[in-house]
Order: sequence, then structure tokens, then C-alpha cells
Amino acid sequence: MLKRTPFYDFHVKNNGKIVPFAGYEMPVQFKGVIEEIKKVRTTVGVFDVSHMGEIIVRGKRRKEFVDFITTNSVLSLEENQVQYSNMLYQNGGIVDDLLVYNLKNEMMLVVNASNTDKDFEWIMKNRWEDVEIENISDRIAQLAVQGPVAEKVIQKLTDYPLEKMGFYYSAETKVCGIDMVISRTGYTGEDGFELYFYKENAEKMWNEIFKAGKEFGIEPIGLAARDTLRLEMRYMLYGNDIDQNTTPLEAGIGWCVKLEKGNFIGRDALIKQKEEGLTRKLVSFEMIDKGIPRHNYKIFVDGKEVGFVTSGNYSPSIDKYIGLGYVNLPFTKLGQEIDIDIRGMKKAVIVKPPFYKNGTHK
Amino acid sequence: MKLLDNLKYTKTHEWVKVENGICVEGITDFAQSELSDIAFVELPEVGRKVKAGDVIGTIEAVKAVSDLIAAVSGEIIEVNKTLSDSPSNINEDPYGKGWIVKIKPENTDELKNLMDSKEYEKHCEESHH
Repeated sequence: MLKRTPFYDFHVKNNGKIVPFAGYEMPVQFKGVIEEIKKVRTTVGVFDVSHMGEIIVRGKRRKEFVDFITTNSVLSLEENQVQYSNMLYQNGGIVDDLLVYNLKNEMMLVVNASNTDKDFEWIMKNRWEDVEIENISDRIAQLAVQGPVAEKVIQKLTDYPLEKMGFYYSAETKVCGIDMVISRTGYTGEDGFELYFYKENAEKMWNEIFKAGKEFGIEPIGLAARDTLRLEMRYMLYGNDIDQNTTPLEAGIGWCVKLEKGNFIGRDALIKQKEEGLTRKLVSFEMIDKGIPRHNYKIFVDGKEVGFVTSGNYSPSIDKYIGLGYVNLPFTKLGQEIDIDIRGMKKAVIVKPPFYKNGTHK
Repeated sequence: MKLLDNLKYTKTHEWVKVENGICVEGITDFAQSELSDIAFVELPEVGRKVKAGDVIGTIEAVKAVSDLIAAVSGEIIEVNKTLSDSPSNINEDPYGKGWIVKIKPENTDELKNLMDSKEYEKHCEESHH
């Protein structure tokens, strides 16, 4: 039985095309993927991301515990700071990528919808006796308001001075009189906010945001546009670019791994991988020939198979066909030409990410 | 869903129009709307001999890929080159500037195997549910 977010009726009313995604009935698109991408890049759009999971960690040693189960340095976080991180298995494979919120009295881990149950079980399995873990996903609604004018829209609805909120910081405050966690974060490369609140307030929040954004032409945005927006920024998608068989070092997100911070799950495996040297890397490439590279298409150099595509699509923001893929080490340098088997060999070239360089994120 | 009475339709959602003995083929409004946001069209070579049912091209939308199937047997005599730069023409005008190929048919009797607009409409309703 598929679940619905509290915004489901709004999606249907807005002619959203509904598809099953991560156990939910979600809108994959509204007016059209390309139009929706342009909306977010130029003004503002709203994503229903209520399917994401929220796991709360409480207790005196909550920071130390989260530091132990994630790769980034939690102990250095300021109050209300937010951090991108990975949770690893002992062998260095990725359980999930997540956001860690260092809230005033607890920590909130925001995880991928399709992984919420798996993550919760993994955390429970590694739990320390003096920390309390709670999966509150089913009680929380989440909206992402993204685009260059997002601050103008949300500022109308709150007294909290948003211009003072830095990138990857949050506040526990009221928006439209409703208690919530709001953070300057997102998955688009544009400025924007993510808002977490109890489901009961969903209808009011949706209506107020759309009223406040009306003068900017605010629109709902579907999952398909979200996928391309994140790809244009080379943000990872779990299940495509990273999974239990890849490590953060191979994926090029070693910046969220702090090996020197002390022990954490997966550290030994990563140290070993670093010492032995990587055998492959996740590269970013642009097509020279036309064609859309898609998940699992094979990558060749001089007729020899050297890797596979993990994500790919048409990027309307730069009008190019772009992709990510794991490629064996000697062939991962910038400027390396590769061939991708898209019903026959099509040329591509490895480029420096992000693909889209004019994002307004702070 | 827009349908034109003067066209013939395939089960795989192509349309065919006969103009001066030549079959013009494209994909239907239903197909473009299901695919949405067409980002790339791989066209066949002019001069290629095809059989009805052959895959003669590929239509890549942002979220899906679809084959283009020859509706009739014959020779490809022209392709719509404007689609290389403006694949979205298919979304905007599937029966007009979004036409894809012109085929010189071997045997126009094959057209009788195709559906008229009423039959095609019914086919879409069934494949939608």
C-alpha cells in the first residue's frame, strides 16, 4: 500500500502526474520538467519532500553518538548548524547520505525516503545505551522552497531575520505562527529553505507559501525536475550514484569524511582504501555527440570497457546532455574523452563539476 | 488528447498521414504527453529500407526513452532535421512541425492494418488503465 504525503490533494488539484516513488504516491511533474527547472533557477518553486525520513537522536551524548555513526565531524557543529554527511557500513559502503541538524535539545537526521526503515534499523543496531532514537518520519511534513527569491517569499511569513541565516544553518522558530525547523539548505543549487513541521499544519503552510509567492509566480515542482536540478550541481542520488557498494572516497565526496576526527563506523575501511589507492572514481561528463546517457549504460575508452553511467540527463540550464559515472582510475582526468554505449558509441568528455555554475546558493 | 480524423494510428502510438502517395509519420499527442519534455530524437538514415514494425529511431524524453516504429514498409525518403535542434517541436505540435519521417510505401494496403482515430482513442483508454 503506497503512502500519501499530506499535500497529495494539492498535487492532484495542480494536475501533478502521480507516480510511485520510495513507497509514496509522489508528483513526478506538473507543467513540464524543463519549465519547472527554469522556474527554480530563475524565481522560486516548491517541492513536497515529506517522503524524506526524520530520525531524532536524544541524550547527553547524542553528538558523540552521531559523530560515531557518520563520517563528518559532528563535534565541531555549532548550535543549529546543518551538515551533509554519510553513514557507512564497516566495509566503507554507504548506508545512506543524510543531513545532520544540531538542534538545541536534540539532533535530527534527515535521510532518504527509500532508506528510512533501513537507516533506523542500522542506527538502532549500533545504538548506545544512553541515547534515545526515534523515527518521527510519519508525523513530519517537509517542504523545500527553492529559487533566487525564496528568501523574499518566506520572510513574509516569519519574524525571524532570514538574511542572518547562513547556508547550512537552521532555526527552530515560527513560520505562519507554526512551530518548525527551517534551514537554509536544498538540493537544487539555488538559494532556498527547507521547512519541517507537523503534518497537521500542512494545508495552512501550503496555502500561505503559495499566497506569499504569488507575486513571483511560485509553482509546485515535481521529482523529475528535482532530479535534474541536483544532477546539474553534481549532488549525489542514493541508489544511483552511491550505494552500499561504493565509498564516499570513490564518489568524490571525501570532503564530508573526516578521518582525523577519531573512530567512526567505516573509518578503518576508508583508511585502507586510501592507503591502497582508489581503483575508480565518479566522474562528471558532458556529451560531445548527442544522446542521453542513462543509469548503467557502459563507458569505454579505446574500445575497452572502463566503467558505467550512474546518472544522466538533458540539462536545460546549460543546454547539454550530462552525466555521472564510475570510471577506472587511469581514465578519470579532466579532458579525458570517453565513449558511452547509447545504442552505439557516443563521445563524451570528463569535465569539472558542477555542470551549472550560476547557482544562487549562499 | 488531440486526435485528427484524417490520420491513421499504430498501437505503438505513431500516426501516419498520406500525402501525394508518401506516408508522413510522427508520434501522437497521447505519446508526446506521456513522454513529455522530449530532449533528443535519433533519426534514421535517408534511403534506408524498412519493414512495418522496425525500430527506425529513438525518442528520448527527460524521464523516458521510446522507440519510433515504422508504421509501414518502404523507403525513408526524408527526415525532419529541425528536430535535432528543436526536439520539443514534437511536444508543441505533434501532428504538424513535430513530424518525424517520410516513408515511400511499398504497399499502401498496409495502411488498412492501422487504426482510425476512434479505434486509437479506445486503444489509448485501455493502455492508460
